[in-house]
Amino acid sequence: MSESFDPARWRPAPFLPQDDARDPALLFVVAVLCFLACLAALGALAGDRAAHGWSGQLLGEATVIVRPRGGETPDAAAARAAEALAAVPGVSEARALEREKAYDLIRPWLGDVSDLEDLPVPRLVSVSLDAKAPATAAQLDKALKGQGLDAVVDDHTRWIKDIRRAADVVRATAAVVFLLVAAAAGAVVAFATRAGLAARRDVVEVLHLTGAEDGQIAGLFELRFARIAAVAGGIGALGAAGLGALLRLIGGGQGVTPALPVAWLDLLVVLPCPLLAALVAAVAARLTARRLIKGL
Amino acid sequence: MRYGRGPEVLSDISLSLPRGSFHFVTGSSGAGKSSLLKLIYLAARPSSGGVRLFGQDVTSMPASDLPHIRRRIGVVFQDLLLLDHLSAFDNTALPLRIAGHKASEYRNDVAELLAWVGLGGRMQALPPTLAGGEKQRLAIARAVVNRPEILLADEPTGNVDHDMSMRIYRLFVELNRLGTTVIIATHDQDLVARSGRPVLHLDKGRLKPVAPKAPAA
Repeated sequence: MSESFDPARWRPAPFLPQDDARDPALLFVVAVLCFLACLAALGALAGDRAAHGWSGQLLGEATVIVRPRGGETPDAAAARAAEALAAVPGVSEARALEREKAYDLIRPWLGDVSDLEDLPVPRLVSVSLDAKAPATAAQLDKALKGQGLDAVVDDHTRWIKDIRRAADVVRATAAVVFLLVAAAAGAVVAFATRAGLAARRDVVEVLHLTGAEDGQIAGLFELRFARIAAVAGGIGALGAAGLGALLRLIGGGQGVTPALPVAWLDLLVVLPCPLLAALVAAVAARLTARRLIKGL
Repeated sequence: MRYGRGPEVLSDISLSLPRGSFHFVTGSSGAGKSSLLKLIYLAARPSSGGVRLFGQDVTSMPASDLPHIRRRIGVVFQDLLLLDHLSAFDNTALPLRIAGHKASEYRNDVAELLAWVGLGGRMQALPPTLAGGEKQRLAIARAVVNRPEILLADEPTGNVDHDMSMRIYRLFVELNRLGTTVIIATHDQDLVARSGRPVLHLDKGRLKPVAPKAPAA
């Protein structure tokens, strides 16, 4: 059987076969891992924003507990404290809370005490601080002592520390999840490269014995797996961005829950995913291929 | 030389082949012919001793330098090692592509060579569609396409008829005349006898002296 063939029109064929039955499975697994990694990154951003929101709220407020002295009634002491606090620079508003609010606070421990008129329940003064130059706890305390009031200032420092610690935990957890998923993606690609090299041992062996350098052969696998990972990264990123957008649409400005608010800008975090996936795949493929070729 | 922890397949081999020489390697199956060739085309390392090629000790050479030595050696492998997903033309052009030559420099040479080995009409055919003899000729074309300084052939005429066998032999002789050192491992005693070339005879992994014979008329 003869054929017409014009050498002048010949174009070199790729050294590696173009189609591999395992490619779709690899693409699916890497896409799922990229999806999870993007979700971890989105979760970290949302957690960070939530923590900032909580600490911002707490930083802008202080609570003062006022205990009446001598014959002064609790309501009168609270009113005097609110007046003294309102005059402190860095305080935008000071408001004595109603007696019922104080009863509400102790109800979980003492039950309903609203009918015990003689019980010396301290009153609370809610203080809103100037966001730009908030008054310090020491300034508030000084103002109260200046009026001869027996009061304790709670500037929420203890809670802010807890919230900051919680935010750090959220961030660290998201970072660890992200790194674990990236490592898993790398391991999957390394495994696929090993399988690919084993399946294409004939090609590798011929190229090796015909004088191809190790880097030349590894480069073939590197390029192939980087391409697959880039596509998978794109699919995973799109999926995660789509889910993020859905959460944002369902939950409005607060996201699906005020605990983890998602902003539109957060969705941009998925953009580098295809590039990062390709990079991880390329490095994993290169290292695996080089190690295996050395063993030939 | 031994494979892994297996028995020695070659023992006490000491030989020096001058540049431009032509040798046959003979011996029964399992005598070590292929192993000797593997040592020379750098697919295996000796468990003790050394190999020198082109005046250099390749045994102690860094692995990164070996590809450049391999490019100077053409090999017809016993199991041919053709790439099934590449056409006959692509298989033949492989060593030239690996060496970094431009397609425009070698396209016509590859076509001429394939025509010369009788595959002019099968340049686009994939190896699985070729007959045994055609595959063997394709493997030979790939081995000689870059005019190697050393040509090693492991049973190159095993699947071809007598006429093609002699034609291939003449190709090897022509390459040798142009300066290529040729080493052919074969069972084809008729070819060895006709050639009158020096013989390296292996018996159970050891070299045995063989009296030179005059070429057949």
